[in-house]
Amino acid sequence: MIALCFAIFLLILPTAAIGGVRAFDTPDDGGNSITVVWDTEPLRASQAEYVRIEIQRRVVSGSGWDDLGKIPIDDSVYVDDNVENGVGYTYRLIFTDVSGGAIIVDSEPAKSSPQLFNSRRTNVLIGVLICIVVLGYYFYRGRKGGFFYVRPIAGLQAIDEAVGRATELGKPILYSAGRGSMQRVATIASMNVLSSVATKAAEYNTPLLFPNNDPVVAAVAQEVAYEAYVKAGHPDRYVAENIFYLTDSQFGYAAAVDGIMVRQRPATNLFMGSFEAESLILAETGNSIGAIQIAGTDSTIQLSFFIVACDYVLIGEEYFAASGYLAKDPLVLSSLKGQDMLKLILGILLILGAILVTAGGGELLSVLEIG
Amino acid sequence: MHRKLPLLICFALGTFMLVQFFVPHKASTALYEAILDWVQIIYAFSLLVGAMMLIKHHAVIASGRDAKERPFSILILMGITVMLVAGLFFGRGEGTVFHWLFQNVQAPMQATMFSLLSFFVASAAYRGFRARNSQAIFLLVAAIIVMLGRIPVGEIISSYIPKAADWILNVPSMAARRGIYIGIALGTIATSLRVILGIERTYLGGK
Repeated sequence: MIALCFAIFLLILPTAAIGGVRAFDTPDDGGNSITVVWDTEPLRASQAEYVRIEIQRRVVSGSGWDDLGKIPIDDSVYVDDNVENGVGYTYRLIFTDVSGGAIIVDSEPAKSSPQLFNSRRTNVLIGVLICIVVLGYYFYRGRKGGFFYVRPIAGLQAIDEAVGRATELGKPILYSAGRGSMQRVATIASMNVLSSVATKAAEYNTPLLFPNNDPVVAAVAQEVAYEAYVKAGHPDRYVAENIFYLTDSQFGYAAAVDGIMVRQRPATNLFMGSFEAESLILAETGNSIGAIQIAGTDSTIQLSFFIVACDYVLIGEEYFAASGYLAKDPLVLSSLKGQDMLKLILGILLILGAILVTAGGGELLSVLEIG
Repeated sequence: MHRKLPLLICFALGTFMLVQFFVPHKASTALYEAILDWVQIIYAFSLLVGAMMLIKHHAVIASGRDAKERPFSILILMGITVMLVAGLFFGRGEGTVFHWLFQNVQAPMQATMFSLLSFFVASAAYRGFRARNSQAIFLLVAAIIVMLGRIPVGEIISSYIPKAADWILNVPSMAARRGIYIGIALGTIATSLRVILGIERTYLGGK
């Protein structure tokens, strides 16, 4: 009898005051999710003090309601990640006040489906397309035989000098790609530099030591170096054992490379790749043995360490320009021109953004947020 | 063909990795996760190759005539053997020989190497901050302000020092850093595109 009275009480309660419950397919997701939203303003404006919200779910063709749980009173969104795609669901919200009174509001049915495009990333897509079009255009010009001037980069010009110095002193060259795995673009760029360095080492018959932190990088480096020795016409001078895997432990690697430096005293140290805290340990040890040191990395924090401890440092994009610069490949050089054009576009956008923010239109910059 | 096939695989997977960022569909996510799993599987196998490479390298030195290098290579080979035997035959859990060796030999050695960093930072900072020319003096003054701004005595000297330190870090330093970030990002995009399109193929090597 009490339950019947309570049910009648719930049915006669006004639902118009608290409403706006909407259920819809969660946008930009892989499916199996429905989002329920409601307006909390009427709750706050109401004289009754609401203390909890309960949420229930029912399949449209079904009969019983499933409890999904309680929601904090201030929340206005519930995401149900446990639904089947293509099945209609209705959601019920029960708002209970401090006296035990409740208001029930049902949503319209909603179905979940997977999306093929995340519309919140449209801005990224536009950026990617601009990059592809600009770089693609300059690749095309490079393929057509266009000439691209690259300003002299001291760090790259010094590689010849560094290899020559090692040859004169009869000491080896030590090359390190740091802690990056082969998936990192900085490591791929490092392999390109290695190819040029190995070619020169082969020509001058100078031993090239390359201790590795990653076995995949070690295997790739062996292949790259061998090809360079073949290209230089001296495959007989290639020593596979000089390019070897050490350990994947960060400080174990630093200790081992330091040991090699102190014992073998290389005349030239080349640090090209992704580095972490071991950068300064390596560069300072190299400095203490008097080796000429050239570093290039995409790790901005480590750049400052390399700058104080090395003779030459390739900063930022200079490092990625190294392969084209050293190999004089017009296709690679053409992409540098494309990078410059993209930098110009970014510069213009930055100026426009600064003007916009200064003029009070900063909200417009929300289009740059990535979803 | 032995060069075309890897380039084709690189193009297909590179394009997929680019496209999947925009596709939230479960099929795309599942394929992406499968690729990441395969990277781990390949890495696990490559560790075996790496271990063999390491043993071969040090076996050559240990049996060679280089007296300077030989003791270290023998030590490494002994270390590998001891850890291998301890791990394979006596387990790797807490209280085992393997665990004891890791906790009492390897971990302290790694900590020691990390600790050396503080001395290297000091020597590098000394060299970097020497007032050789006007630019170095500028750097030295900025460094002194930032260092003082980060310790309590800076606040005691003047309340402006921490504010000046924050300004140096948040305005000129940040501007320079962002310039480098933009250069690195564009370099990364251009290099990735060169690799995907097969323009950059040095990493393939070849025998």
